[in-house]
Amino acid sequence: MTGASYIRYEVLQLFRNWRFLLFSVAYPLVIFWAVGLPNRHHTFDGIGFPLYFMAGMAVVGGMIAVISTGARIGLERTTGWTRQLRITPLKPPAYFAAKVICGYLGAIITIALVCLSGVALGVRLPAEDWAKLVGLLLVGLAPLAALGVALGHLVSGDAMAPVVGGTVTALALLGGSYGFLLAKSGVLFGIMKALPSYWLVQASKVASGGAVWPALAWIVIAGWAVVMVPLAVAVYRRDTSRV
Amino acid sequence: MIGGTTGNSGCHGIVAGMTANNEGRGGIRLTHLTKSYGPVAAVRDVSLSIAPGETVALLGPNGAGKSTTIEMVLGLARPNSGSVSLFGLPPAQAIAAGAVGGMLQTGSLNLHLTVAELISMTASLYPHPLDVAEVLRATGTSEFADRRCSKLSGGQTQRVRFAISMVGNPDLLLLDEPTVALDVEGRRVFWDAIRAIAAQGKTVVFATHYLEEADAYADRIVLMSRGEIVADGPATEIKAKVGGRTIRATLPGADLARLAALPGVTAADRHGDAVILSATEPEAALRALLNEFPAARDVEVRGAQLEEAFLALTAEETDRDDAATGGAASKGQSR
Repeated sequence: MTGASYIRYEVLQLFRNWRFLLFSVAYPLVIFWAVGLPNRHHTFDGIGFPLYFMAGMAVVGGMIAVISTGARIGLERTTGWTRQLRITPLKPPAYFAAKVICGYLGAIITIALVCLSGVALGVRLPAEDWAKLVGLLLVGLAPLAALGVALGHLVSGDAMAPVVGGTVTALALLGGSYGFLLAKSGVLFGIMKALPSYWLVQASKVASGGAVWPALAWIVIAGWAVVMVPLAVAVYRRDTSRV
Repeated sequence: MIGGTTGNSGCHGIVAGMTANNEGRGGIRLTHLTKSYGPVAAVRDVSLSIAPGETVALLGPNGAGKSTTIEMVLGLARPNSGSVSLFGLPPAQAIAAGAVGGMLQTGSLNLHLTVAELISMTASLYPHPLDVAEVLRATGTSEFADRRCSKLSGGQTQRVRFAISMVGNPDLLLLDEPTVALDVEGRRVFWDAIRAIAAQGKTVVFATHYLEEADAYADRIVLMSRGEIVADGPATEIKAKVGGRTIRATLPGADLARLAALPGVTAADRHGDAVILSATEPEAALRALLNEFPAARDVEVRGAQLEEAFLALTAEETDRDDAATGGAASKGQSR
């Protein structure tokens, strides 16, 4: 009950923080239109470029939203606000739930706007495939939301912006959000396939029939979740016992 | 009157504890608390019992261990040894029950909420909060209630922080240096509110290095120095411990040894042409002074200020060093 009322205020804060919202929403949209518009008739990686790039930019926007949640926790730790909250009846799980929900809310807004832009550039999918695509994006972002919480406790102050920015950029570049860095073979491709961002972008193959994600995709997402969630819990515990 | 929604439903522990047995479920009990940060002992074997309804000042200079003690009471720092009990519960449980409010020494409130929203949000976390509008008024925050928390001045932030600590209607209010950054008017508003809270039977503990504040607003003063409790009692008792009165007179070139030997005088000191006598029996001392030193003029007698009590006690502590540990601990009303 206290958690529910707390979430309301977190959401309120999310929408008040227009600078952040503008960046996390506008950045993928601008890139999508700037690159997608002139290339809207091309194909890429076996599908229409707008569909591929729509997924790519939805992933970038979604990652910015959920990982930046971590930056928010780091800021609240730095200013001492977290300590103030810890001496209220608010339970830590409710605090983290509120952060993750806000991260997801931001992600959903970005994904929706990028998908609408995709439609504007000619992407056409059956309703069922839209549902699958968005559903997979949201599932695949889960371990990254946990990563964001972990970063919020591991990194402090000035280091946060470059760490979050660098993490999102690396995951996006290696995951293929902007297209591929190298041919789809070799060591680097192996690394790419071990990243959740790669499979997130691959959710764009939603219309190619059969299962969208192979077993490997689910293993990678689950594996990241199995590492990131306990990591987030562990760094939170370490952080709060030391203070 | 602050406690709009308090009375009947709100305060669990407090009322029962006050009417029945203060020692039973107890208010706050710190038992042999010790905390070190690396080689630095921040708090050394602090034992303290505070009855429900008491207003207690933790008085001491910077680095005395006041903040660390408060952090341990709030469960924000884990003691190396010893334990804390709040109304018979460990801190985490008392906090989860909404029995505790705290005002910490922290930086800005860098939140995208207005003052009113932040206070409402905090209220919503507690089972029996006070009326937010009442709290805004009582803390003098209503005039900037619609301003973003990130845009407040230091004094305004401090008022908001106070509002946050009290809006949950907690049985125990812990305040770490609450009046830092407050102007005169801010302090007046703050202490008025604290008095109202204390009048409802709430327990209030505040850390301060303002001696006048401890003297004026606390029922009881716990004096801390270098991580230990060096004195604990009513302000009057602490003053009595160091000789009671001070006699000041202009008396150029007087012999300090002769002055110190006067009846009722415990110590004599010189400030330029003035002499300052510490006296346990000021009447006898005054009579003797005027008889033996007819040249004395501008004679002034006053109660020893807490400042002097404080200096005397902490100096004593420094001198006795380890020998003082036992005395301080026994004074700490443990058990």
